Amino acid sequence: MPMNENNERDPQAGGNFADKVKTGSDACIDIKKLNLYYSKDIHALRDISLSIPRNKVTAFIGPSGCGKSSLLRCFNRMNDLIDDCHIKGKIRIDGDDIYDKRIDVADLRRRVGMVFQKPNPFPKSVYENVAYGLRIQGINSRRILDEVVEDALRAAALWDEVKDRLDDSALELSGGQQQRLVIARTIAVEPEVLLLDEPASSLDPISTLRIEELINELRASYSILIVTHNMQQAARVSDFAAFMDMGRLVEFDSTNTLFTNPSERQTEDYITGRYG
Amino acid sequence: MDASDDKPRSHISQQFNTDLEDLKKHMLEMGGMVEKQFSGAMQALIEADSTLGERIAADDDLLDQMEMKIDEECNLIIARRQPAARDLRLVLAIVKAIRDLERIGDESSKIAKAAIKMSEQGEFPEGIVDFRSLGDKVQRMVHRALDSFARYDADAAIAVVHEDKSVDNDYAIAMRSMVTFMMEDPSTISKVLNVLWALRAVERVGDHAKNICEHVIYMVAGTDVRHLNPNKMSAKINA
Repeated sequence: MPMNENNERDPQAGGNFADKVKTGSDACIDIKKLNLYYSKDIHALRDISLSIPRNKVTAFIGPSGCGKSSLLRCFNRMNDLIDDCHIKGKIRIDGDDIYDKRIDVADLRRRVGMVFQKPNPFPKSVYENVAYGLRIQGINSRRILDEVVEDALRAAALWDEVKDRLDDSALELSGGQQQRLVIARTIAVEPEVLLLDEPASSLDPISTLRIEELINELRASYSILIVTHNMQQAARVSDFAAFMDMGRLVEFDSTNTLFTNPSERQTEDYITGRYG
Repeated sequence: MDASDDKPRSHISQQFNTDLEDLKKHMLEMGGMVEKQFSGAMQALIEADSTLGERIAADDDLLDQMEMKIDEECNLIIARRQPAARDLRLVLAIVKAIRDLERIGDESSKIAKAAIKMSEQGEFPEGIVDFRSLGDKVQRMVHRALDSFARYDADAAIAVVHEDKSVDNDYAIAMRSMVTFMMEDPSTISKVLNVLWALRAVERVGDHAKNICEHVIYMVAGTDVRHLNPNKMSAKINA
């Protein structure tokens, strides 16, 4: 069972949530029969139906090529950028069908922020990195920007480390700091959902723990979806976990259950290291 | 629930596989040693054999060592492998089961000491209590508890839990008969008290066998059935 003294968890979370999901009242993202094709022959996601809880951390685990990153990229339509890629099925975020023609993709990507494996700060100052999204929205008031930059950096647990070097280039920060900066940049535009694609896999263990601690703090304000190859990390940070294989969703349950008593044999084999 | 149709595949890490297999093997070896201790203690008691009693009491030390050794193996596996799911449940079940095994060892040692005392007290009131039948029953419980562990058999474990009721009944009957003995002939009190302590130890061994079965059920089915009426166990693990 994942243990973390700062990580208070409702032991009944699984049961209560299952009931709520049935009534549809507390899901943030609702996926119905989702299929994704990268070309005619490559069928990357197969019939995925899933309700992702609001203000919880949901981890996606599974072997390479199982479709977990593809799934994550559906939520902010990053897959639109890939030629020949098309999807069938429905994804609703807070009730909005995000593949509807009327959806403004730029606005969707503000609502659904994404952080990648390799920290990708812009070659600008620390301050401008965080202010970037707001400036794009046409907000240039120094007072507002100052406030948002500080709030976002504090929320990303980075403020104390960079408050005296806001004008330095972001590229001078360490890898772990850069990743937290990218998270600050993402949350500065007040998204509803955070997609984290292997956010700590290029970081050292201490920076990794800082990111995990940050995820724990952010869960109160955002619905967080994390893809990770590190199963212990999934066990530590998530409330719910989904195991995927060959483009299918094999099992979705509370993390406590999935890591102590999974119902599917395939999940059990994977998390106990019997896969392959 | 039955292990036969559900044999887990090997781990990718052969070493992890070996570590878990060794752990299980060591736990079952300790179980075998505990069974021997208990049956020896019962024999010493029934035959009032002080030599055997002394040997049994002395061997308890070995069980303590085994418990510590297995405990350490479990710690290392948790620290190094972070086991999950059935592996995690196996390690946790073993951590708990060896504690019960060690306690069975302690109870056996108490029985052996009672046997020594009985041989010193000489002439013993005839027919005071049927040790043999209760001892056999408990011995079977321990054996079947360990079997259910080795075979990952939750149904067999539940059957053993049921049997504990009958041991408790026999114990209550024996208690009443001993109280009667003491009331009728107060000169037997010190002897009968000694028997009573031994009998109490036998009954406790049954309780520990039952605990082990509860760990087996948790290990196999992932369901915590402690403090549950045995009749409700099957329903809970199949829920």
